[in-house]
Amino acid sequence: MRSLKAAKPKDALSNSNLLFLIAAVIFVLMYGFAVLRYPGSFLQFQTFFDLFSLNAPLIIITLGISIVMIGGGIDISVGAVTGLVTMCCAVALESGRGSVGGAILLALGIGVAFGLLQGYLVAYLEIQPFIITLAGMFLANGLLTTIHKDPLNVTRLSFVALRDFEIVIPWLGKHNRLGNFIPLEIKLGAVVVWVLVVLLAVLMKWSRFGRDLYAVGGNSQSALMLGINVRRTKFCSYLLCGFLSGIAGFVYIMTTGAGNVGNAAGFEMKAIAASIIGGTMLSGGVGNLFGSPVGALILLAINELIRAAGVNSNFQAIVGGLLLYLFIVLQSVVVWMRGRGKFRLALPFWLLPDKKEVENRS
Amino acid sequence: MSMVGAKARGSHLFRPLSVLALLIVINLIKGADYFSISVINGALYGNIPNILFGAAELVVLAIGMTLVTASSGGQDISVGVAAAITSAVFVRVLLNAGHITWLTIVAGFLASCVAGIVIGAFNGSLVSIFRVQPMVATLILFTAGRSVAFMIDGKLSPVLANNLTSQIGGVIPGVPIQTPIILTVVFVAFVAAFLKTTNLKLYAESVGTNEKAARLNGINPVKIKFLTYMILGLCAAVAGFIAVAKAGRHDSVNLLKYVEMDAILAVAIGGNALSGGKFSISGSIIGAYTIEVLSRTLLRLEVGTETIKAFKAVFIIILMVVASPVVREFAAKALRRLRAGANSGSAPKIDAPEAAAVPGPDTAASGPEAVAKKEE
Repeated sequence: MRSLKAAKPKDALSNSNLLFLIAAVIFVLMYGFAVLRYPGSFLQFQTFFDLFSLNAPLIIITLGISIVMIGGGIDISVGAVTGLVTMCCAVALESGRGSVGGAILLALGIGVAFGLLQGYLVAYLEIQPFIITLAGMFLANGLLTTIHKDPLNVTRLSFVALRDFEIVIPWLGKHNRLGNFIPLEIKLGAVVVWVLVVLLAVLMKWSRFGRDLYAVGGNSQSALMLGINVRRTKFCSYLLCGFLSGIAGFVYIMTTGAGNVGNAAGFEMKAIAASIIGGTMLSGGVGNLFGSPVGALILLAINELIRAAGVNSNFQAIVGGLLLYLFIVLQSVVVWMRGRGKFRLALPFWLLPDKKEVENRS
Repeated sequence: MSMVGAKARGSHLFRPLSVLALLIVINLIKGADYFSISVINGALYGNIPNILFGAAELVVLAIGMTLVTASSGGQDISVGVAAAITSAVFVRVLLNAGHITWLTIVAGFLASCVAGIVIGAFNGSLVSIFRVQPMVATLILFTAGRSVAFMIDGKLSPVLANNLTSQIGGVIPGVPIQTPIILTVVFVAFVAAFLKTTNLKLYAESVGTNEKAARLNGINPVKIKFLTYMILGLCAAVAGFIAVAKAGRHDSVNLLKYVEMDAILAVAIGGNALSGGKFSISGSIIGAYTIEVLSRTLLRLEVGTETIKAFKAVFIIILMVVASPVVREFAAKALRRLRAGANSGSAPKIDAPEAAAVPGPDTAASGPEAVAKKEE
C-alpha cells in the first residue's frame, strides 16, 4: 500500500494493472504455499501444466467473458453455448459424414451465430444484456437437449487421434515411485489457450478495437463524444465472446471426447468469478486479459489444494466461496483506498483515473 | 420519444398485461375449456388455480427482486440458494422438535426468516458498504450456498412426512383454495400495506435513480440498499417455506434451482428497468405469472419437454425486441407520421394496436432468425 501512495500520479499504476498485480501475487503466493505444503504433487511440472490442459475450455470462456465485461456488458450464455457446441460436434462427427475440419467450422459457426444474435440485440436494439444472454442460455440449453439427450462418445478415428495427441517434452519429466521415467505431456488445448491469451492481450492492448472497448466500458457517453462507434464496438465484443465460446466448445470435446447434456454446465458463473478475481470489473472499463487466466488458475488451484488436503466436497464449495469473498472485499478496499487519496466524494471512485487514461490515450 | 415516455408512465402495466392476454388467447384457441374449474375433494382445481399454485414462490421472490433491482441497480442471483438454506433451517427445526404441531411450524418459519435476514444482511453489506456489484456479491453465496444448505439439513433430502406441512403445501380441509395461493395473497397484501404506509418505495426509487442526489436530499443510500437486501432475504425465506411444504422433502441440490433467473426475468417482463430506479411491484407479479403461464402453455401445446427452453428463449427475445427502446422509438415515429396524415381525432384509441402492430415485421424478422439458428 505504501509503495502505491508513493507513486507519482503521472506514472501511477492504472486500476487494471493494479488488480492484475494483486491477482498474480496471490496466485504465486498460493502456489508457493501449495508447493511447500504438498511437495509431492505440486512440485511436478505436470501438475502445473495439467491446470491448463484439463481446464482449457474454462480459461478460454473466461477470456471471452472478460472482453465483454471490459466493454461494460455481461454474457451468461457462454457455458450453454459451449455445451451446445460440444454436442453438435459430437453428433456431426458420429453421423459418419462430418470430418474434423467440418466439426471445427461447425463449432465456430455456432459460436459466431450466437455472438451475432446477442451482439445485435444488445448493441443495436439496446436491450439489457443480462436478459438477452439469459435467453441465449435458455436457447442453447433447449437446442442441446433437442438435438441429443444421451451422452455421445465420439469414435471417429481421425478425431480420436486428435483427442489423444499430446505434446511430449522429455526434459521436464519426472521419475515416478517405481523409478520409471514419465515425460511431461501437454494437451493441444493448453497450446490453444496460450496462443489465444497472447493474441487477445495484444488485441486489447494495441489494436484500435481494444482501446475503444476500454473507453466504451469506462464511460460510453464520453466514448461517444470522442467519436468512437460505441454500438459497433459493443457488437464486436459480443461477437468475439461468441466466437471464443465456439473455440472453447471444440477444445472441450477435444479434451473429453464426448458430447453430454451436462457439458460445461455452470461454466458461466465460474468464468465470471475467475474474471473478477483476475481483476476485471463488472462495471466495465477495467481489466487485463493476462489477469483472466490468472483468475481462472487461482480458482482451479484452490480446488486442487482442497483436493490435496482431502477435505470433503461440500467444504470445497464453501472454502471456494470464502476465498471469493476475501478477493472481492480486498479489491473493493484497495480501489477505495486509492480513490480516497485523490478525491473525497464517495461516488464512482474508480471512474476518475480511468477517464484520464482514456483522454491520454486518444 | 417523449410521447413513448408519457405512454410508459401512463400505463406501465400495459405491456405485461398484453403479453399475458396474448398467452391466454393462445390457450383459448387451443381449447375453450381453459377457464374451467372443477372441485375435487372440496378444493378448486383447474388451469387458473394451478397457475396460481405453481407460481407462488416465484411471485414472492419477484417482489423482493424488484425492490433490490430498484435500489441497487443490480440483481441478486443467490435467491434460489438463499431459499434452499432458509428452508434447510426450517426443516432442521422441525425434525429436531420431533413432534410437529402448528407451534413448531411457526417456530421453524420464524427461524428460517431470521436465517433469510442474515443472508440478506450478508449480501447487503457487500453491496452497500463494500460497494461490490450486486451480481458479484451474490455470486459468493451462489457458489457456496447449496453446500451450506446440505450441511444444515444434515442428511440426504430429509422427508417431511406429516399432515400439517402437507396441508401447507396442499389443501387445508374445509378451505376450497390451495394453501400456497392463500399464503401468496397474504404476503402480497402485507407487502402492499408495508409500501403504502412507509416511505420505502420513494426512497428506494430515488437511491436507484441517482444515489448522489438522494444522499444530498438526506436519504442514506447505504441504509436503503441494506434494507432492500434484508427484505429480499425475508422473501427468500417465505419462498423456501412454500417450496419445501409443496415438495414435502428438502432436496438441497434441486430445491428452487434456477429460480433466480426466472425471478429476474419476471422483473424485466413486468416493465421494470434492470438498471434501477422507478419500479412497479404489480408489474413484477404479473411478470411472474406470465412466466408460469408461458411454461404451462408450451406444455399444453404439446411441445416436448426438451424443447421447451428453446421456445421460452425465442418468446423472451421477441418480447424484449418489441419492448426495446429503439423499436419503440421507431414505432412512435411511424405513429407520428401516420397522425400527420390523418386527423388526430381518436388517435389515443388507435395508439395501442398500432404500437403493437408496427414492430410486427421486426419481430417476424427475429423469429425466423432464431428458428434458423435452431436448425444449425
